[in-house]
Amino acid sequence: MFSEEKLNKVKEIIARYPAGKQKSALIPVLHLAQEEFGGWLSAETMDYVASLLQIKPIEVYEVATFYSMFNLKPVGKYVFEVCQTGPCMLRGSDNIIDYIKKKLDIGVGETTKDGLFTLKTVECLGACGYAPMMQLGKHFREHLTPEKVDAIIEECRVKAN
Amino acid sequence: MAEEKKLFKVKIDNISVEVEPGTTILNAARRIGGDIVPPAMCYYSKLQGSGGKCRTCLVKVTKGSEADPRPMPKLVASCRTTVMDGMEVANITSPEVQEARKGVVEFLLLNHPLDCPVCDQAGECHLQDLSYEHGAETTRYEFKRRTFDRIDIGDKIQLHMTRCILCYRCVFTADQLTEKREHGVLGRGEVAEIGTYIHQSLDNNFIGNVIDVCPVGALTDKTFRFKNRVWFLKAVDAHRQCEDPKCCGKTVLWMRGDEVFRVTARKDKYGEVEDWICDTCRFDKKDVKDWVIEGPRNIDRHSVISQGHYVGVHKPKDTLVEVLDGRQPKLLLDIHTVSEVNRPDIDLSQIDGPAHSDDFNKK
Amino acid sequence: MGRKLLFDKAHIEGIRYYDVYRANGGYGSAEKALKSMTPDQVLDEVKKSGLRGRGGAGFPTGMKWSFIAKPEGVPRYLVCNADESEPGTFKDRYLMEFIPHLLIEGLLISSYTLGCNSCYIYIRGEYAWIPDILEQAIAEAKKNGWLGKNIQGTGFDLEIYVQRGAGAYICGEETALIESLEGKRGNPRIKPPFPAVKGLWDCPTVVNNVETLAAVVPILRIGGEEYSKYGIGKSTGTKLISACGNINKPGVYEIEMNISVEEFIYSDEYCGGIANGKRLKACIPGGSSVPILPANLLLKTAKGEQRMMTYESLSDGGFATGSMLGSGGFIVLDEDQCVVKNTLTFARFYHHESCGQCSPCREGTGWMKRVLQNIENGKGKMSDIDLLWDIQRKIEGNTICPLGDAAAWPVAAAIRHFRDEFEWHVLHPEEATKRNYGLAHYADPLVIAAPAAV
Ligand SMILES: Cc1cc2nc3c(=O)[nH]c(=O)nc-3n(C[C@H](O)[C@H](O)[C@H](O)COP(=O)(O)O)c2cc1C
Ligand code: SF4
Ligand code: SF4
Ligand code: FES
Ligand code: FES
Repeated sequence: MFSEEKLNKVKEIIARYPAGKQKSALIPVLHLAQEEFGGWLSAETMDYVASLLQIKPIEVYEVATFYSMFNLKPVGKYVFEVCQTGPCMLRGSDNIIDYIKKKLDIGVGETTKDGLFTLKTVECLGACGYAPMMQLGKHFREHLTPEKVDAIIEECRVKAN
Repeated sequence: MAEEKKLFKVKIDNISVEVEPGTTILNAARRIGGDIVPPAMCYYSKLQGSGGKCRTCLVKVTKGSEADPRPMPKLVASCRTTVMDGMEVANITSPEVQEARKGVVEFLLLNHPLDCPVCDQAGECHLQDLSYEHGAETTRYEFKRRTFDRIDIGDKIQLHMTRCILCYRCVFTADQLTEKREHGVLGRGEVAEIGTYIHQSLDNNFIGNVIDVCPVGALTDKTFRFKNRVWFLKAVDAHRQCEDPKCCGKTVLWMRGDEVFRVTARKDKYGEVEDWICDTCRFDKKDVKDWVIEGPRNIDRHSVISQGHYVGVHKPKDTLVEVLDGRQPKLLLDIHTVSEVNRPDIDLSQIDGPAHSDDFNKK
Repeated sequence: MGRKLLFDKAHIEGIRYYDVYRANGGYGSAEKALKSMTPDQVLDEVKKSGLRGRGGAGFPTGMKWSFIAKPEGVPRYLVCNADESEPGTFKDRYLMEFIPHLLIEGLLISSYTLGCNSCYIYIRGEYAWIPDILEQAIAEAKKNGWLGKNIQGTGFDLEIYVQRGAGAYICGEETALIESLEGKRGNPRIKPPFPAVKGLWDCPTVVNNVETLAAVVPILRIGGEEYSKYGIGKSTGTKLISACGNINKPGVYEIEMNISVEEFIYSDEYCGGIANGKRLKACIPGGSSVPILPANLLLKTAKGEQRMMTYESLSDGGFATGSMLGSGGFIVLDEDQCVVKNTLTFARFYHHESCGQCSPCREGTGWMKRVLQNIENGKGKMSDIDLLWDIQRKIEGNTICPLGDAAAWPVAAAIRHFRDEFEWHVLHPEEATKRNYGLAHYADPLVIAAPAAV
């Protein structure tokens, strides 16, 4: 369940659309829910969102499974989403992915045993000129090198403690 | 007489027809009938918003209209393109259309399990018909076919996702005929699938109609499944006084002797139901005493197989040519050499349910 | 230095904030439009400017605006397309991050012209920090009377909202974007009806790219006539180019559309040449969807003319020997790069991003990806190259939306111009996993005009 504050945020989002078009709030509210409820969307969370927006649960499932940013399974606390599309590949993204795999001892799509890190490969994130890059939470980490990756991992470990 | 409406003159494959403004090319072609009607796997005239997705009905507009005679640059989906006055369309007279359609059929079959021998829809499947008429001889796809986890959607309807062509008809049906849609399209791209997400059964008195609208064997009647192949059954028109005002009560009973194996709505020659029926009529009225029998049903489908023949089985030539409007049939493939599931060492009758090919590999 | 119209003030410290933006002439164009011009007069200026859509298709903006239906009592909407997901393209991001008020001002003028009172900026979900920047700018503009009710006492009302997507390239396609804004899956709609008649919530809607809408500001500032004097021919004004790949200075550049491709790649003002002293092998000049060109066809057209950074010159030669300006995502490959691998990543991208509605794209994109994977991994056959050609041909033109074409073109162009590199992969599977084909003859001067389209 959302806090009072988040519920107000939901109301504010719904108010952006004409009356009766509250379904438009679905994607923003799912973002909010994912942030709030552990970084992923459980069936219960989605049903809750459906009830908030007065739409059918299937309408939520249809949308949540379409967009790649919604996680339908639990993920690590820090998700490394490394871009692997052409422009990043040209600048060595494959090496970065390999390096992270070795360093964290996980494959793509896997989470470390301590639940701290998940490695994902993603398609172009719109930072092609600053390649190789990855998304970490809300922000982009650009011009990646093995040293930078080390520093990022360290930074996350410190934050987690 | 009502005020006379101006009709649009359209030519399809050099045959003229006059239709009301707003008519689609496909429906104009259906008015002409016969060979020149483009195949439609996703469009369904009784479902609003359907069509445009499968791309089997692509045609070439060689002349846009009297006012603007330029041809259209791309092939268009005839089910979603409305006619203009003076429009000229090429379907079977256009090699480009035939080529593109062949491509679409190949795409549709790419991930199809080809488990026709164990599929309940065999004999009534539009994809089977389509591949007979437009398909290539063999597949060029060398990769593992897509599979899906089998999901359960209740005790009346069976979902076999591997066979689905994502025509969205069943989704429109649930939206337009029932109060609360419970299934939909999940995922995207190649792994998009029909499902309910969290397992639940579809439960609504009109949801059974998804079985009739499904062009392939993805949604089938569990209360019937595998009891018999359709071509061993006799189809009779029947009706009953149905309590549900939305149900027309007019059905087809699929019988053997006095036994009712299956109840469906009545379908026209394009495979569309004439009117919707409720689930009570479909699933619960399996006693011949429930019904007033009208007489044998004339199955007016141009399916090769609906005539009681099947691949590998001896086909009386003349019937075939007749149902194909004079064209010679073309075999898509010899199922016995291609199918992983149709193995002589396996006794099909011993298998429980319309299994997926994986089930065969286990043996 | 080339003339600039959008980024002329981008270097000013604090231009992101209202006070600095305003102090440097910001909202001057909006003031002029709202206070001294009718919507039709503004539309006229935009038409005169020759501005063409910067989202990729290059459709004349003034003409697009004049198509919007105006039924009585039905609201109209302006939607700003900030989905920016085409590989190689990252220009709108720069504009929104650094001069958000330029976009807000553009939206204000455009909404006034179109008669819209609500406007939505649809931004790709991954740009998660930019909505905050935009919302702050919106709040500032509102506080200063440039948004909300009765703007600057003119009686015109406008609200701007920012909506985040959630990871789907297809939502850049305008009808998929509208579906997404309605809270649905990003399935492109079947057209007609077009958004100008039935768009967002079935109301008349105009969808324009961020850069297009921002360009309205300088058009009003200097006048449509003057704007049209920038650039060459029908490529009027300036264009943001996001340059990436193996160049010395990747980044976002504003160019006047009158410079040559060669100047853009090699001059220090722009890309600064190929990185690490390597040689140029190939380039995809307008985002991943447009045809790749080998170095020799990139710098000069098949007719031997200097190729310019304009819509017309880049597409000179059609698909046989030309490419497109597209969204301005300029991707450069040096001599060490593998065209097969690059094509594979694009095929994988389109496969990942297909919405799955129509069969040619849903099934064909995956098929192409898998065949390319085989070739790249040394498991390809000669016949696979023809198969790829045939698959792309059967997708192109037969789908609901242009994503199908966008998936087909890169494969087609790669085979058309780099067939020997594909063949080499098939013939030398061992070697191909260890080294790349290299520059080969791709930079050799063209002797004769290339053969006509296959
Ligand atoms: C698959 C696909 C993706 C697209 N992505 C974008 C995009 O990210 N940004 C954009 O502005 N236009 C994109 N477009 C183009 C839009 O559909 C539309 O033409 C554009 O927003 C119109 O704006 P303009 O006239 O200002 O260019 C895309 C088109 C397609 C087919
Ligand atoms: S299950 Fe049948 S009706 Fe539903 S989308 Fe698939 S093929 Fe169409
Ligand atoms: S072409 Fe691809 S992305 Fe576009 S509608 Fe068809 S399946 Fe969807
Ligand atoms: S290719 Fe990686 S951000 Fe664009
Ligand atoms: S029937 Fe027209 S596209 Fe499917």
